[in-house]
Amino acid sequence: MRRYSRRRLADFGAAILFLLPNITGFVVFTAGPVVFSLVVSFSNWNLQQTVPFQWVGLKNYAEMFHTEDFWLYFINTGYLMLAMPVSIAGSLILAMLLSQKIRGTVIYRTLYYLPSFTSGVALLILWKALYNPEFGPVNAVIGWALHNLHLADVAQWLTGHGIEPPEWLQSTRNLLGIETEHASLSATSWGIGARDAIMFMGVWMGIGGGNMLLYLAGLSNIPQDLYDAAEVDGANRWQIFRNVTWPCLAPTTFFIIVMSFIGGLQGGFEQARVMTGGGPAGTTTTLAYYIYTRAFEQFQIGYASAISWVLFTIIFSITLVNWRLGGKQVAE
Amino acid sequence: MAETMTPQQYQEYVDRRKRAASAKRAVGTGARHFVLIAVGLTMLLPFTWMCLASFKPLAEVEELNPVPTEWHPGNYIEVFKEIPFGRYYFNSVFVAAWVTFLQTLTSAMAAYAFARLQWPGRDTVFKLYLGTLMVPGVVTMIPNYTLVVKLHFLDTYSGLIVPAAFTAFGTFLLRQFMLTIPLALDEAARIDGASHWRVFWDVVMPLARPGVITLVIFTFMGNYGSFFWPLVLIKSEHLRTLPIGMLFFDSSYGRQTNLIMAASVMNILPLILLFIGTQRFIVKGIQLGAVKG
Repeated sequence: MRRYSRRRLADFGAAILFLLPNITGFVVFTAGPVVFSLVVSFSNWNLQQTVPFQWVGLKNYAEMFHTEDFWLYFINTGYLMLAMPVSIAGSLILAMLLSQKIRGTVIYRTLYYLPSFTSGVALLILWKALYNPEFGPVNAVIGWALHNLHLADVAQWLTGHGIEPPEWLQSTRNLLGIETEHASLSATSWGIGARDAIMFMGVWMGIGGGNMLLYLAGLSNIPQDLYDAAEVDGANRWQIFRNVTWPCLAPTTFFIIVMSFIGGLQGGFEQARVMTGGGPAGTTTTLAYYIYTRAFEQFQIGYASAISWVLFTIIFSITLVNWRLGGKQVAE
Repeated sequence: MAETMTPQQYQEYVDRRKRAASAKRAVGTGARHFVLIAVGLTMLLPFTWMCLASFKPLAEVEELNPVPTEWHPGNYIEVFKEIPFGRYYFNSVFVAAWVTFLQTLTSAMAAYAFARLQWPGRDTVFKLYLGTLMVPGVVTMIPNYTLVVKLHFLDTYSGLIVPAAFTAFGTFLLRQFMLTIPLALDEAARIDGASHWRVFWDVVMPLARPGVITLVIFTFMGNYGSFFWPLVLIKSEHLRTLPIGMLFFDSSYGRQTNLIMAASVMNILPLILLFIGTQRFIVKGIQLGAVKG
């Protein structure tokens, strides 16, 4: 074994003292709980204590996979993540527009960042009012356009059906036509509903947020020489984007995708709690909201822990897969 | 062709090319501004509607006209009469300030140990630390709740503050900042007989100030808007933070959109002011946080 000088031993002692507060908190509130929740997921622990405590093995997991609820909520969670590519591409486009020499960059950036900075309960309440089918301004604008621009008449003439403004947060319809009770598709479920409303709002909140700032930083790190060289070679704009900008941004894009997956899989809780209560007919209940209702409304701590571990496993494996695929791509 | 040009013709040719290029650029810039302004308006419109709705009289909240026919600034006073809004403000700021203070202190100390001290296994421990950033909140939430119940922290300020006082993210962020400070400074201070605490507090912390400010802003903002934890933890009305107060206000006064929007404006306004005042730190912090990418 190597001998440490007195100086280094003193450093070691100091390091322990400096780490102590953070490590203690970390063990008590992060590491401990992770293990604890895995253990508890094999029990029927209920906070209301109406049921005697018992170890139940894998029963919680078996029950979860056999009820259709879990799968439907899993689909809901995935559905809300469908906007991810749109949102990321939007952030990239905005960053590219802002990174060129143009007046008012700071003003634009501030405006775009505003929704993600103020995001929270107040904005969700605002959007609930905006989406109100009868009194909300969104449908006021749509109704005006349908009537005054004769869009409704055009639709009537084209398809034989009129079009009505969407019912937004009160509708189970969705752009993929997923049925409410079963995990299958049908034309009658097609339309715009609560999940789409939450998705659109998510794009509005996220497009000018952290991802755009990350892309701005990434763009400013691309050496000008590369652009000059491409121009000398007579590359057009698309070729420059395809062969210079995009590859140089690959690490940024990769980071953003990984973080979006991690965030998206745990997402939807605030929206469900504040805007919809998970409805209509459970269509906006995501896995995170499902865990909340089981743990804090029905007090089934054991069952809720099992769901949270399944979610953890999904997040972990998707991150690993991303890392494998993306890591390779970035290295190339 | 160019060889047969006189110098004058050549000059004209160059000028023409320049004019054409700058005209093309002007069109490009115009189109760019058009897109940027359109997006900017999309971002602003909901906020504008919120402000206008907050000045509407009750009779008009279900009307579609966006601008109130009669301006009611009294709505803002009305909010304070209906709910203890000032109390919610205080609770949010109080809890967020404590969490920010504790998080910054504990993570700055840990960052000092990771960035400025030499000890065996340092980088391994740091990697493990980073790994915990991947643990989703949903996993730790339920055990933390049961722990807080056991500690008799349910429905108290301590329950809101203590579990939130530790962060791996802050440690990571400050470590990145501290790594950029030359180590010779620490050594010089140590030779002069300064203790580690003095080096940390009087040498490293002042130099890491931009990072500390960034972390302070992020932590404060994050906790000011924190929703889940106070929602499950707080039962008494006088301990509600702003987001929880807003939630219950919205569900019990749902039809009085004017009052709810007034409360929302008051909730968001400090954030907007803070953002405008501290923009450069925020932008820097987000960009630094992803360097590991």
